[in-house]
Amino acid sequence: MSVKKDPTWKKVVFHIILIISVIIAVYPALRVFGTSLRPGDSLHSTSLAIIPDNATFEAYRTLIFDKGFLVWLRNSLLVTFFTVIIGVSLASTAGYVFSRKRFPGRKGGLTFFLLTQMFPATMLLLPMYILLAQFGLTEQTIVVPFLGMAKAHIGLIIMYSSTALPLCVWQMKGYYDTIPESLEEAALVDGLNQFQAFYKIILPLAKPALVITALFSFMTAWNEYMVARVVMTDNSLYTLPVGLTNLAGQFNTAWAQFAAASVLIMIPVMAIFLLLSRFLVGGLTLGGVKG
Amino acid sequence: MSQPGENLRFTSALSNFSLKDFWREHKFSYMMLLPAFIVVLFVVIYPFFYNFRLAFSNLNMYNMRQFIQNDELTYVGIQNFIQIVQESSFWIILLRTVAWTVINVVAHVGFGIFYAIILDRDIMFKSIYRTLLVIPWAIPQYIVVLIWKGMFNFRYGAVNLLLRKIGVPGVAWLSQASTGFSAALIVNIWLGIPFMMMIALGGLQSIDPNFYEAAEIDGASNWQQIKHITLPLLKPVMLPAVILGVVWTFNNLRVIYLLTQNTLTNKIDILVTHVYRSAFEFYRYGYAAAFSLIIFVILLVWAISFIDYINAD
Repeated sequence: MSVKKDPTWKKVVFHIILIISVIIAVYPALRVFGTSLRPGDSLHSTSLAIIPDNATFEAYRTLIFDKGFLVWLRNSLLVTFFTVIIGVSLASTAGYVFSRKRFPGRKGGLTFFLLTQMFPATMLLLPMYILLAQFGLTEQTIVVPFLGMAKAHIGLIIMYSSTALPLCVWQMKGYYDTIPESLEEAALVDGLNQFQAFYKIILPLAKPALVITALFSFMTAWNEYMVARVVMTDNSLYTLPVGLTNLAGQFNTAWAQFAAASVLIMIPVMAIFLLLSRFLVGGLTLGGVKG
Repeated sequence: MSQPGENLRFTSALSNFSLKDFWREHKFSYMMLLPAFIVVLFVVIYPFFYNFRLAFSNLNMYNMRQFIQNDELTYVGIQNFIQIVQESSFWIILLRTVAWTVINVVAHVGFGIFYAIILDRDIMFKSIYRTLLVIPWAIPQYIVVLIWKGMFNFRYGAVNLLLRKIGVPGVAWLSQASTGFSAALIVNIWLGIPFMMMIALGGLQSIDPNFYEAAEIDGASNWQQIKHITLPLLKPVMLPAVILGVVWTFNNLRVIYLLTQNTLTNKIDILVTHVYRSAFEFYRYGYAAAFSLIIFVILLVWAISFIDYINAD
């Protein structure tokens, strides 16, 4: 779509700006990676270099084999997976009618979803915890032995899928707005019912937005620790962020391990971002064109 | 419930309102919305009203146990609210929060659009740049803040090492309120740019290139094109993002809380960190609940007037 041709000097300026920005954007992440490779005795260093002298993978070894990292990983994967499934299904259906249908309460509903973002999340924490407790969803009992899923995990899944939901609904609505309505009209004429038209015609076209919505849900579940810290009490049920913060509290000086855990948590997120970056541009259409 | 005459419906739609027809017409819409609505109701609305109740009570660490066991609450009316408004610190924190929000969002949107415009041009390696620039967004926030905290360390932190390399004396970032606040701003601006950049990029791609061609023929300069075509057409796309950006920044607990933990505790609090400390460090639940209601009302009033202003524009 780029019709704009720039003179060479301008391109050079742009490249310089972008390169400096990329360094600033990437350096902190590389810094953690560097810290995770440090041998125990050189935690404080005055060097700006990324790879330390005597680099070692010792911290990773300790983390994975001695600290229960794999169990936390499994728990996180479990919670994240279900959050994404639920988040995407709810957002894709709700966003669709917000985009296509005119019904009483439509505007109110959209505003309502926006309003839910305005209440400080910290204060929902206490009531939510009490509510989950009333439904027994803070218990540490395992309900699905095969997966190691506990009731508390179900509580987390419910919480997470709803936290990201308002944003996801807006995001899906924005994308549906860009798909021409004539497509469904044709489908309805061909004898499909409304749900089939949505499911068979529009949903496949909304793939970029579905990917972004999945990404939002994924990030919410994968990175959240404020709620998880309150709900989880048993070490074997921890999700990664809780495990990680506990690591930092438990051994005040184990920065290499902390950094190693951070790297291992970051890698999947970054990998997904890199894989999906082509969807990110077209698919991120918050709000969209129709208002 | 059959309609006696079709014409009548048009003459007085209200008196002929039929629930059945209404349901037939909108059934699909409501059924599709129902699951999402139930979940939000359960997780956001119920706690909201629960919190409302707490705001008028004197719940604190001493009567917490009784409350959990017997559901006993002592209501103190609007005493919590009066106390908050009378505190001199409330107004200082409110001002600081406004400054925090404005500076952050302006920087996020400004840089975001700036990078988006560059990346939308015909430039080599642009997908590589784009991917790498998104990285701050991809790192979990609590990790980011802890990394930056290390980087702001006076002796070992990368920021000061870099400053010294170019001959500027190091700054004791996390020991004074003013530098600490700047540090928090730097971290949060760094964090928030990618989101706005991606939103703006999406918006730019939906702008018809013919506009630019027409402008080119009319002899408009680059800057004129940006001012008269790009920015106005980006507005509808950026608007929801700006609203959300303001709300998120206003309610951003993690950056300031984690950055100032054990160093500048309390010194550069914004409203939400103050609430969090009141609730989970001083166990003043009633007070914190009232405080968070005030935050909600501030955001609500802001959002309504902002949306009105935009619509009127």
